[in-house]
Amino acid sequence: MQIVTTGVAGTMESSDIIIRIEPNDQEGIELSIDSSVMQQFGKQIEKVIRKTLFDLGVTSAVVSAVDKGALDCTIAARVSTAAYRASERTDYVWNGGVN
Amino acid sequence: MEFELNKIPHLSEITAIHGAFNELAIPAKAHESLAERQRNSKKLLSSIEEAIKYVGLKDGMTISFHHHFRNGDYVINMVMDVIAKMGFKGLTLAASSLTDIHEPLIEHIKNGVIKHIETSGLRGKLAEAVSHGLMDFPIIFRSHGGRAAAIETGELHIDIAFLGAPSCDPYGNANGYNRDDENGSCCGSLGYAKLDAVKADKCVIITDHLVSFPNAPFGIPESHVDCVVKVESVGDPKGIMSGATRYTKNPKELLIAKTAADVIEASGYFNDGFSMQMGSGGASLATARFLREKMINKNIKARFALGGITGQIVEMHEEGLVQKILDVQSFDLVAANSLKNNRFHQQIDASYYASYVNRGAAVNQLDFVILSALEIDTDFNINVLTGSDGVIRGAIGGHPDTAAGASLSVVVAPLLRGRIPTIVGKVNTVVTPGCTVDVVVTDQGVAVNPRRPEIKERLEAAGIPVFTIDQLRARAERIVGVPEPIQYEDRVVGVVMYRDNSVIDVIRQVKEID
Repeated sequence: MQIVTTGVAGTMESSDIIIRIEPNDQEGIELSIDSSVMQQFGKQIEKVIRKTLFDLGVTSAVVSAVDKGALDCTIAARVSTAAYRASERTDYVWNGGVN
Repeated sequence: MEFELNKIPHLSEITAIHGAFNELAIPAKAHESLAERQRNSKKLLSSIEEAIKYVGLKDGMTISFHHHFRNGDYVINMVMDVIAKMGFKGLTLAASSLTDIHEPLIEHIKNGVIKHIETSGLRGKLAEAVSHGLMDFPIIFRSHGGRAAAIETGELHIDIAFLGAPSCDPYGNANGYNRDDENGSCCGSLGYAKLDAVKADKCVIITDHLVSFPNAPFGIPESHVDCVVKVESVGDPKGIMSGATRYTKNPKELLIAKTAADVIEASGYFNDGFSMQMGSGGASLATARFLREKMINKNIKARFALGGITGQIVEMHEEGLVQKILDVQSFDLVAANSLKNNRFHQQIDASYYASYVNRGAAVNQLDFVILSALEIDTDFNINVLTGSDGVIRGAIGGHPDTAAGASLSVVVAPLLRGRIPTIVGKVNTVVTPGCTVDVVVTDQGVAVNPRRPEIKERLEAAGIPVFTIDQLRARAERIVGVPEPIQYEDRVVGVVMYRDNSVIDVIRQVKEID
């Protein structure tokens, strides 16, 4: 999946996460996370974001996440949505290969 | 009359005989009218600075304050500013509790004015600063009962108490409300201040509402007061208390409250003439509403309600469902006005409330108490003092006192707060030991301490499903995952005392994360 523009998904509400995905000049995922539960779940949040991007085939992107205590399923959903928006794709298959 | 004292047998054994009467040694009688005396009262001083000089504050002394003005309190900051300007150093500040508004204490700590703090709790910027290593001397956290006991035994010796009061007369009769002005500050019970006034070497009342003698009924009598200072304002009425504590509308809290009421009903302690306490917090307060319905339906009345009193308890008192109220701290204006107007709404002090060393404390007469929790662990230990990030953000209050005193302690909490599980393997800070906690009620299930098998049987007989605490923990972890433990430095920033003033846990400095 090719990131061609800026894609945003999510909110700043409690138990949600806002994900912003932008094109990266070089190969690789440049990820920044700000979370209200950083100490307890920071590593888990990073793991879910990277796995979701990997499953979507995103290999190059600048990703920023502002988390307010979202569950793993919420994080994966917001990342997928932001990635589809950032790659200007509308062919999302519900219940398809993602998670 | 002729007599020779030293020739009368046994009189030398009586200490309270101070020689023969001497007219010249007794003070001259006053001849002024009551009105003139009050105008000239030597106890009424013109400023806090004057009062500090009068009571003889010295470096290194212990000073005390109460927290009945909660987040509207001006007294602590006002007094500490004057003390700092006068150049005093190395003081111990022994407050009944501290809150967000006391952030300016940070400067006084940095400048060496305050060396040490004892309190029930700590919040806001001051709490964060302490958790990040502000003080060399760890803060001593005591429950309301533990603090009262330490003061009674003299182990916590108060040199000077500075006690704010919403009304006072020129001789020091002080109260938590006033009868001639509806707009002034008002805090209701002065429960935590009363004991300080009795036990402190010197007691200063700070008021913004001077009334004529005698300000009866009073919370603190003039016989315990050295001097009185009138200031512009002792606190912000909006921060001191709200008009009426509202019932929560949060469906999760209502579900917890309804379940808690069902648990109480089935527990064996819901009988005519029972006694209860409701902790602060949405779910525990809402439990009162569901209990009220059950009381009406079953024609059951409570003998008394104890503790922090809210409008809900007052309402039940006024409709005859609760016969007596024992009030150490009034949580809202309805409660404060009830203390003023209802004859069987009794003001009590912190020792009467919860001390373990006096000759009888009210917590020991409790059938049940409903308490909140930040964290509960699988040994039923409760944390109400530090957040899930390890930073201090709460207060012990009467939590361990009532849990130990009540025949049935019910702890109510949501299973999850956002992504943070409430039920964990080990709480960050043990405040109330699991051996005094009987039932845990969450929105996703009830657990009963294995020490109380009869309670479990009664709940199950009433059709309430009972889980093990490990099942509740597993349920939480299945939803949110397993949180990583908080990283701490070795340095101890807070020492948590159980109500018998033994150390039950310590709070360590949180590790800085970049």
